[in-house]
Amino acid sequence: MKTARFPGRFDSLSKISKFVVSAAKEAGLGSKAIYAVELAVDEAASNIIEHAYGGEGKGSIECECQAGRHGLLIILRDNGKPFDPQAIPDLNTNVPLMERQPGGAGIFLIRKLMDEVIFSFSPNGGNELRMFKSR
Amino acid sequence: MENDVNISTTSFKRCDIVKMVGRVDTYTAPKLQETLDALIEDGRFNIVFDMSEVDFLSSKGLWVLTETQKKCKKLNRGELVLAHVSERIHESFKLVGMDGYFNIFSDMTAAVGNF
Repeated sequence: MKTARFPGRFDSLSKISKFVVSAAKEAGLGSKAIYAVELAVDEAASNIIEHAYGGEGKGSIECECQAGRHGLLIILRDNGKPFDPQAIPDLNTNVPLMERQPGGAGIFLIRKLMDEVIFSFSPNGGNELRMFKSR
Repeated sequence: MENDVNISTTSFKRCDIVKMVGRVDTYTAPKLQETLDALIEDGRFNIVFDMSEVDFLSSKGLWVLTETQKKCKKLNRGELVLAHVSERIHESFKLVGMDGYFNIFSDMTAAVGNF
């Protein structure tokens, strides 16, 4: 198990990426699965900074990687605002170019790329996102 | 804005090639947006984005490219095309339904020749 804490700033994203890619390689994931993990974690970390903390420099992100027999578990923890994942509408992927509006792709990608995704929010503060990718 | 983003523009008669090296994520995407917007403000609407050395592209990057394409294609004045998109990045475009927004070329000659 490896754990690291990163400042809640967008320039942390490349460091977070290196950390989880290294864990994914050690867990024996193939290259396609490694990229899926990298992308899902990047989307989640960006969302934490932008939405949970409301901007850069307002908190940190803890990242824990656990390699298991069946794959890799990644846990992201933050102390920002909780949110209701069920309230995020499904991304409409069938939109003409000129009508396409930004937003909503992050959670959509996380759910598509990872095999299991669990959000939990503690009433005493503290959000946790658990994502699992099988080997 | 970050100064460590490796991005360059090469101008030709009929189009401009923008090349970026490394990651396109929430930290670096604004610099890409700035570079593409500068071309559009200059009235340059035929753009090739050379992705041969882009090793990572998040949804922020997808949005920058999509917003740029909307500006280029407005009033049929031009087009943004992509060159040398890696297979795994191409998969991301398909997942969110954005692959149909771009002509994608596997070699630069064909990409530039498109114009």
